[in-house]
Amino acid sequence: MTTRSSADGERRVRRTWHRPPFIANRALRYGLWLAVAGYLVWALGTLPFNWERIAEGVPRAARIFGGGFPPSFDRADLLFSGFKESLQIAILATLLGVMLSIPFAVMAARNLVPRPVYVVGRAVIIVSRSFHPVIVAILFVAAVGFGPLAGILTLTLYSIGFVGKLLAEEIEEIDWGQVEAMKATGAGYFATLVYAVFPQILPRQVGLSMYQLDSNLRASAVVGIVGAGGIGSTLMNAFGRYDYDFAFAILLVIIAVILVSEGVSGWMRKRIW
Amino acid sequence: MLEITKLVKRYGSDEPVLQELDLRVAGHSVVAIVGASGAGKSTLLRCINRLVEPTSGSIKLNGTELVTLKGAALRRARRKIGMVFQGFNLIDRLTVMENVLAGRLGYVNLYQAVTRRYPQADIERAFALLERVEIAHYANKRADALSGGERQRVGVVRALMQEPEILLADEPTASLDPRTSEQIMRLLQSLASEMSLPVLINIHNVAQAKAYTERIVGLRHGKMIFDGTPAAFTREALEAVYGGIEAPDEAVTEPPAASPRKGPRGVTHDDPL
Repeated sequence: MTTRSSADGERRVRRTWHRPPFIANRALRYGLWLAVAGYLVWALGTLPFNWERIAEGVPRAARIFGGGFPPSFDRADLLFSGFKESLQIAILATLLGVMLSIPFAVMAARNLVPRPVYVVGRAVIIVSRSFHPVIVAILFVAAVGFGPLAGILTLTLYSIGFVGKLLAEEIEEIDWGQVEAMKATGAGYFATLVYAVFPQILPRQVGLSMYQLDSNLRASAVVGIVGAGGIGSTLMNAFGRYDYDFAFAILLVIIAVILVSEGVSGWMRKRIW
Repeated sequence: MLEITKLVKRYGSDEPVLQELDLRVAGHSVVAIVGASGAGKSTLLRCINRLVEPTSGSIKLNGTELVTLKGAALRRARRKIGMVFQGFNLIDRLTVMENVLAGRLGYVNLYQAVTRRYPQADIERAFALLERVEIAHYANKRADALSGGERQRVGVVRALMQEPEILLADEPTASLDPRTSEQIMRLLQSLASEMSLPVLINIHNVAQAKAYTERIVGLRHGKMIFDGTPAAFTREALEAVYGGIEAPDEAVTEPPAASPRKGPRGVTHDDPL
């Protein structure tokens, strides 16, 4: 500092600094805050909250929670069979979904297929991603009836959408040199796919499959509530019969299973990367 | 015998990258193609195996017209054209042996390719070639575990597995250190004479071009402006090919010093002298 001060001595400027605001225009900046606050007040004022019903509900909620304690594991066999079904739904749907997602991902990768095929591939992925699994499950329950088949179909579709989209994006970012090298040997389209594309997306594919199994296990509990089999159905029945202690036991086990699956998949993904 | 006549390649409506280029390569000579970045060297090589579509003109390899080929006929023609890449373009996650056998993808069917059931003759050829370049002991290693020079040798072996009638090398040494790149150039030179194979090498390093090839072709702005023996590639020819393009300031102002030069030099090509 001492050596340089002589040089900059003449034109000393105040060395303070503030981060420039994200929105430079002052009026716009404060106007935006005002608009957000105004909207909140308006929204809370106009939405139909029935305060009497809410007041009634609080003791009711307390009763449900009271009834849940202590959780009852008396019907462990029912709990077990429900979970077994959920697990089967999740695993089957993951396998089917991941396998089907590969061709759709290839179809939805701009760099590998002609334009019309790309449009079809993207369309399939967009459609299977646009609805929440619960809505899809309601449709499938209506189509194929109550039970695990509806759950499997729902989660398969869900997996195709999610894995397919991310895999397609991965394919679009592969190292094209390897594809060129395979083309240069005279390899056909599918041989090029198998040699130059799949090895490059393999780690991502495995990671996504692990994540999808995790996610399907969670979702299989939810779609069961609308009748697509598994532990969700068991949970719904328990609530319907006011067996709050049993329902609470189911919830605890769901949390435990999700925790375990999260731990296992996290550990496996770390090993693969 | 490779015969290129009036080859034109134009990207969009820009100035053509190759302007009515004529080139004949007979016998099994090693030809260096030199020129500044953007002169069209890489485009020329890629037009030959149709990784780039020529706009017009004719390319004949041993009598077969390559420019008009489509589909299966193009793939069959590509089998006869081996290519070595600057970035090696190996399939990183596969073993060295799988990479080498990939050179046979134009000959085996999809089932054989996917299950890696290559004919015994191919496997023997692969081992023989790997032994020739002294990396047979790496056969089961993953390609990305090898050093740069070893990886390029795998790339060369993969190209030779095709039983090519011509070998194209697109800046095969640009990603390598000076010693390793000398080794690769020596290898290409001796393989060319052992297998009586014509070799076209795109190269930035003029010293290496002069040392390891029998003929130098100089490109500038898509036109051939030099074609002759390394001995005829004089300072004037060098200036004609590279002069005033890559480092305009230095190329013009730098005196033709014989002593070791000081100061900054053109950085985009290795060493033109």
